[in-house]
Amino acid sequence: MLQTPDCCTHANSMLNFFKIFLDAPLSAKFGLLVIFIYAVFSIFAPLLAPYGETEILGAAYELWSDKFLLGTDNIGRDMLSRLIYGGRNIIGLALLITFLGFSIGSITGMIAAALGGWVDQLFSRITDVLMAIPALIFALLILSVLGTSMPYLIGTIAIIDSTRVFRIARATAMNVAVMDYVEVARLRGEKLGWVMLKEILPNITAPLLAEFGLRFCFVFLFISALSFLGLGIQPPTADWGSMVRDNSTLITYDDITPLLPAGAIALLTVAVNFVVDWMLHKSSGLKDVS
Amino acid sequence: MAQRIALGLLSLFVISLIIAFVVELLPGDLAEAILGQGATPETVRVFRAELGLDKPAHLRYLDWLSGMVSGDMGVSLANKREISELVGIRLSNTLFLGGFAAAIAVPLSLLLGILAALYRNSFYDRAVNVFTLTSISFPEFFVAYILILFFAVKFGWFPGISNISTDLSIGDKLFRSLLPAATLTLVVVAHMMRMTRAAIINLLASPYIEMARLKGIRPTKIIIRHALPNALAPIVNVIAINLAYLVVGVVVVEVVFVYPGLGQLMVDSVSKRDVPVVQACSMIFATVYILLNLSADIISIVTNPRLLHPR
Repeated sequence: MLQTPDCCTHANSMLNFFKIFLDAPLSAKFGLLVIFIYAVFSIFAPLLAPYGETEILGAAYELWSDKFLLGTDNIGRDMLSRLIYGGRNIIGLALLITFLGFSIGSITGMIAAALGGWVDQLFSRITDVLMAIPALIFALLILSVLGTSMPYLIGTIAIIDSTRVFRIARATAMNVAVMDYVEVARLRGEKLGWVMLKEILPNITAPLLAEFGLRFCFVFLFISALSFLGLGIQPPTADWGSMVRDNSTLITYDDITPLLPAGAIALLTVAVNFVVDWMLHKSSGLKDVS
Repeated sequence: MAQRIALGLLSLFVISLIIAFVVELLPGDLAEAILGQGATPETVRVFRAELGLDKPAHLRYLDWLSGMVSGDMGVSLANKREISELVGIRLSNTLFLGGFAAAIAVPLSLLLGILAALYRNSFYDRAVNVFTLTSISFPEFFVAYILILFFAVKFGWFPGISNISTDLSIGDKLFRSLLPAATLTLVVVAHMMRMTRAAIINLLASPYIEMARLKGIRPTKIIIRHALPNALAPIVNVIAINLAYLVVGVVVVEVVFVYPGLGQLMVDSVSKRDVPVVQACSMIFATVYILLNLSADIISIVTNPRLLHPR
């Protein structure tokens, strides 16, 4: 007896999802499709790549052929396989950093909004200073001192990223924190964690979700820029930024192969931007109605 | 406004503290980190004295800061040359490239923004919207290599490497740095023109524009004579912010085009872990960035009487 309503709401939500998808504008559909394809390639990379990530299989800079669909790179590794693994590495890393930066930023943002007073002042002033330093310069400074190892890279970018999330989370949470029902929860004697998770968070998820997409784009472009400069993901691990750098000489011979990883970065960022644009449009539209 | 200037100077001070003390993040100190495990205590001690690490922290900071201000930035660890010597010419090259890009980007984005506001919701407007959304998403090196592929390799019009030096004439310099400047332009134009469009369209709803329209003035004239002067403050603000971005955004572009600027020096020094040079470059970049952002705020205060004389 209890199962029936449960299953139906589930089916309904699936149906709703499809309806929302079908109502989406063409650009958003295109974006979702591209993201889906990238996800499939990243998850099933070992099954889809014809060769291993770091296997040296032939001469350097071989042309496109049946054996190597996209030729080989500067030390004779299969370009297509590197492209597939590189996507998996860089997207995975970007997601990890975004999650980390996002958690730090939104939690501190909500704490600042919920507590106010000197905690808010302290967090806000720290963010002001960190945001006054250009992000790339800050990252280069830290990496020059600590060296280009993975944990430092992740930590540095996550902290830079979290300052931007903090701003949004604090601003949106501020609006919610002054609501009567939050006041009631406080008077009821609920703890800070409850106020944040059960009262504030559900009401700021929509703007935060859109922000997550934008943050992902920022982090993704940021890591690829660092990798391109030779300071991000270190060899022999494949990633799109360093692949462009390592094979860039081919461009002077009128060969577009090194542009493929760069184009792959651009395409994913465009796709995410299209989806975010649509989400922002939708959520602002809903607000107008209510 | 005094408050805003004070805040700017304060953040500059805090940033100089961060840059000076970032080396304290190391487990040991800079001397140990650079010399490595094999160094004898004696060499570490000598090197430490050479770097001034034997002095107390506040003295070290004051020495460093007064050196930065007076132009004596210390010595590079990698090649023992004076940092001011390395930085001087490269800074002027970087400012030259940034200025060149701005000279193209600012008029171009104003023109495109005004046109988009004039023909809003037309096919042109929507095409520009998609184009700008796309170009924001492109990594700088992608734009740079596409330009190289077409204009340097396929057509052979411009050099793909911008190795400028001081003995070149200004025309030669401009010719050789055209592709990097074009890359930077493509990167910032999107943002600037979107903001120009938004600033003008915001004003078009105001009553005095309605009045002008009812008088029968042509749309072009309404936008240029009536809307633009009032939209100037936000537009100038956006321009200053984008100039700040240009100065920092040169780093990647300089590396692609092998342009002898400050950004390339900084990237090289990071991979060599030449910390004093990186500190000097960071301080210069951060100062320019903060000063430009500060002037953006000051301009928007000065040009808006409501902000200049708050009630």
